[in-house]
Amino acid sequence: MAKKERKHKAPERAAEPGVITTLSVPVVGSVGKTGSWRVFKPVKDEARCNNCLLCWIYCPEACISKDIRIDYDYCKGCGICAVECPRRAIVMVKEEKGGKSSR
Amino acid sequence: MRLKDFPEEELFLKGSAACAGCPGSMALRVAFKALGRNTLLVVIASCTSVLQSPFPYSALGVPVLNMAFATGGATGSGVAAAVEHLLKKGILRERPNVLVWAGDGGTYDIGIQALSGAAERGEDFIYVCYNNEAYSNTGTQRSGATPYAAWTSNTISGKREWRKDVAQIMVAHDLPYVATASLAYPTDFFNKMRKAASIRGTKYIEMLAPCPPGWKFPSDSTVRVSRLAVQTGVWLLYEHENGRTAYTAGTKRIIEGQSELLPVSEYLKAQGRFRHLFRGGEEDERVRDYQKRIDEVFDNLRFASRLRERLMDLEIRG
Repeated sequence: MAKKERKHKAPERAAEPGVITTLSVPVVGSVGKTGSWRVFKPVKDEARCNNCLLCWIYCPEACISKDIRIDYDYCKGCGICAVECPRRAIVMVKEEKGGKSSR
Repeated sequence: MRLKDFPEEELFLKGSAACAGCPGSMALRVAFKALGRNTLLVVIASCTSVLQSPFPYSALGVPVLNMAFATGGATGSGVAAAVEHLLKKGILRERPNVLVWAGDGGTYDIGIQALSGAAERGEDFIYVCYNNEAYSNTGTQRSGATPYAAWTSNTISGKREWRKDVAQIMVAHDLPYVATASLAYPTDFFNKMRKAASIRGTKYIEMLAPCPPGWKFPSDSTVRVSRLAVQTGVWLLYEHENGRTAYTAGTKRIIEGQSELLPVSEYLKAQGRFRHLFRGGEEDERVRDYQKRIDEVFDNLRFASRLRERLMDLEIRG
């Protein structure tokens, strides 16, 4: 029987040989690509956006960069950006079935 | 500080274990932006212990010390003492900000004696309570911060008591800085965090954190509900230093008459935990209790504000 590959490898810094440590290492995507949680995805309308940065500061997951680009790998699709955008430049669109969202 | 001058660096790393629309992660992001990389974070048992993600990874880009429920003030004191020692020995060159991050259970109920002790001793740390008005991490049980008439899993027909006000208890401790904040006013929160970091001694900041699963509203309304709480007067934004309370942002605008006080039913209707107050299209009498209480508070605040203006006017003339 082939040995199953471990999903989470212990990071190098945390595991010196013979030493058990409880230190965690900060990484982007610590529980994987959380974009797979999404049901609706935010889509930005370039023409309407005036870079007011409200979506950037309100995003709970830090998925919108300061130049207003959305990271679909990690966006959980909460929809706060679409509700808070004063110019309605972000709309929520239903995620397609069987696309990137299904693992 | 304007929004575009906020630092771009993200110390809250995306891909965390937080729910979609989590107010805790949103508050942590702004707090990290205000305090920067040179921060030591003490996390008291709360949702933040969970949203950091499982070992061996972490979603928080600063050193974190996870601690037991009742130990917010005590751990903060210990870390502050260690920092002081390392500075004296010359091992640390720059003073880091010690930030204690606790929920309302760890502040209002379980952690208050440790916090009160630390505040009385004047230990040097910032204590942030992100208050979602229930034990949401364990299934929305009632806490001392749960407001009147709110549903929780053990107050099914609505809580019968009014919530206690720990921010005012901390004011009574005569701290150098006490403030309240709201997620809907990030610049206000950012400025308060920066100000707290510049003051030595115990600083207490409380943040209202509307929790989508606990308060039963859609995940896209976290900021909208936070804003409604301020606009309807349920949550007051102020900072208290040198023995004086100054109201800020939305609350200040209502007191000075620049914006209107919205009816409290708008705030209550936005959340599923108050749904039993609006059964059958009729308002429960508890909504009137709420409105009466808020109106009284704002009548007093407006009166005090006018009185101060008059007195200042007299002083200038005299």
